Amino acid sequence: MKLQQLSLFMENKPGSLRAPCEALAAAGIDLLTMSLADTSSFGILRFIVRDPERARQVLESAGMVARVSEVVTVEVENKPGGLAKVLAAIDAAGLGVEYMYDFGAASRGGKAAIIFRFEDPDAALAVLQAAGVRVMSSEELLSDGKA
Amino acid sequence: MSTWNDPPGGFHSVSAPDYLPRPQLAGVQLQRLQSVVTRAYDRVALFRSRMQERGLTPASIASLADIARLPFTVKTDLRDTYPFGLFASPMEEIVRLHASSGTTGKPIVVAYTQADLDVWSEVMVRSFAACGIHRGDVIQNAYGYGLFTGGLGMHYGGEMLGATVIPISGGNTERQLMVMADFGVTALCCTPSYFLHLLESAKEMKIDFSRLRVGVFGAEPWSDSMRDRIEQESSIKAYDIYGLSEIIGPGVGVECSEQRGLHIFEDHFYPEIIDPETGDVLPDGSEGELVLTTLSKEAMPMIRYRTRDVTSIIAEPCACGRTLRRIRRIGRRSDDMFIIRGVNVFPSQVETALLRVEGTLPHYQIVLTREVGLDQMEVKVEVTPEVFSDEIRKLEALQHQLEASIENILGLRVKVTLVEPRTLARSEGKARRVTDLRNV
Ligand SMILES: [Zn+2]
Repeated sequence: MKLQQLSLFMENKPGSLRAPCEALAAAGIDLLTMSLADTSSFGILRFIVRDPERARQVLESAGMVARVSEVVTVEVENKPGGLAKVLAAIDAAGLGVEYMYDFGAASRGGKAAIIFRFEDPDAALAVLQAAGVRVMSSEELLSDGKA
Repeated sequence: MSTWNDPPGGFHSVSAPDYLPRPQLAGVQLQRLQSVVTRAYDRVALFRSRMQERGLTPASIASLADIARLPFTVKTDLRDTYPFGLFASPMEEIVRLHASSGTTGKPIVVAYTQADLDVWSEVMVRSFAACGIHRGDVIQNAYGYGLFTGGLGMHYGGEMLGATVIPISGGNTERQLMVMADFGVTALCCTPSYFLHLLESAKEMKIDFSRLRVGVFGAEPWSDSMRDRIEQESSIKAYDIYGLSEIIGPGVGVECSEQRGLHIFEDHFYPEIIDPETGDVLPDGSEGELVLTTLSKEAMPMIRYRTRDVTSIIAEPCACGRTLRRIRRIGRRSDDMFIIRGVNVFPSQVETALLRVEGTLPHYQIVLTREVGLDQMEVKVEVTPEVFSDEIRKLEALQHQLEASIENILGLRVKVTLVEPRTLARSEGKARRVTDLRNV
């Protein structure tokens, strides 16, 4: 139920996004979705690919520092209040959210997919399932050729 | 000593040794050299054993040129004999201890007898006199008071000169400016970069210190272009003063009104220039490492101390009339140590700090800049897979931990910047760990 996400350290300077994108493209690796977090001096690029381990090797052999971490993707109703409902369940369980972003595969029959990075992904999974929140499997997220 | 309070503007009798005819000075130097070598030989085990290894006794010093036969003393000798191993006086005769930062956690300790303090004050009086400061001047001493020699050295010199000394110590810019304006300060002692900071702040706060006439600036390298800027923006005369704790503190050498090199008080400190690689003495005019011997020090004689400062000796007579030889202003050092805000820093100290946090030593680079007249130190650290996290919070915490670890060792606030792997220059052999962009 957990999804593997790749993160990459980047300096906050012009052109730093290009090198990893080119390295992945040269290896024929598709970026399914990505999100960039930054401070005034550095940034972290987080992204989902079908084969994170291979992508990590590609990036590391290009001299970059990347790591794989586990995230949880939650199905959210694509209407006002949809996300709030999921967040309420997370809050109620006292789960710490490190960050979250949209999977980006817009419409899945009126549903959106939101990626969450929890402090403790396993504890989060149990809480979400108990609260009736649907956690999406990596199969359905990654096999969709249109994603 | 009562004759030291000469009339303002007149000749300071304390400066008389500055004008000794060279042959007479050489006589004083040889006699003092022989006696300090005897003292160190008799009382300091390390020095005696090094003399014996070379088959030397104090009687081997028959001329000033014989100084080249003596062994060098280096900074690590002070550390290895920490705290009191190089003392040549019993503790009952030692009246003051100072300490400066070393490459490890342990400082370097230096000692003074009353006679040593008197010599120190004397050379500080002569320094102030060379800068045109005299009785009636109000000296604001913004060097740090404490273990650092800058504060107290300047302080007692100023008092012995008969000037009014304000022992304000470092920091607190607003108070510095208020005192400067309200007390009619005419002379200021601080680091040159701190003075530039004071100037900027004075402009913002619209504080007038037009009575300030002289700045005595030291404890860090600075250039002629920086002097030009200071003198243009403030209408003061800015003088370079040189010294180091191992020798005595400030007052080893100073600029005169000519501002063309620093006169070394050669009757107390004997200068040589050596090739830092071979140790050979170089002729006057050649650039090399400055080596100093204390000719009159009692508590802690330094024989051929390698300063690591790179300069050359100017033997030509100075237009001011002083017969003391001069050294060119010091712009760099022969090892990788650097000075920032008056603090001696070795890259190895930064390495220790990084290691403590990360467990292994990452690639790093130290970048020194001067912003608004204040020296800044940035440490660029390459991110390794071991410390990388996908969370901003954790990387920022790492940055802060590294900053705190460095501050803990150096006593200096620095900025740590995380950079991508393999982005810092790697060089064969001598790594360029320090990039000094201060333009000095
Ligand atoms: Zn002169």
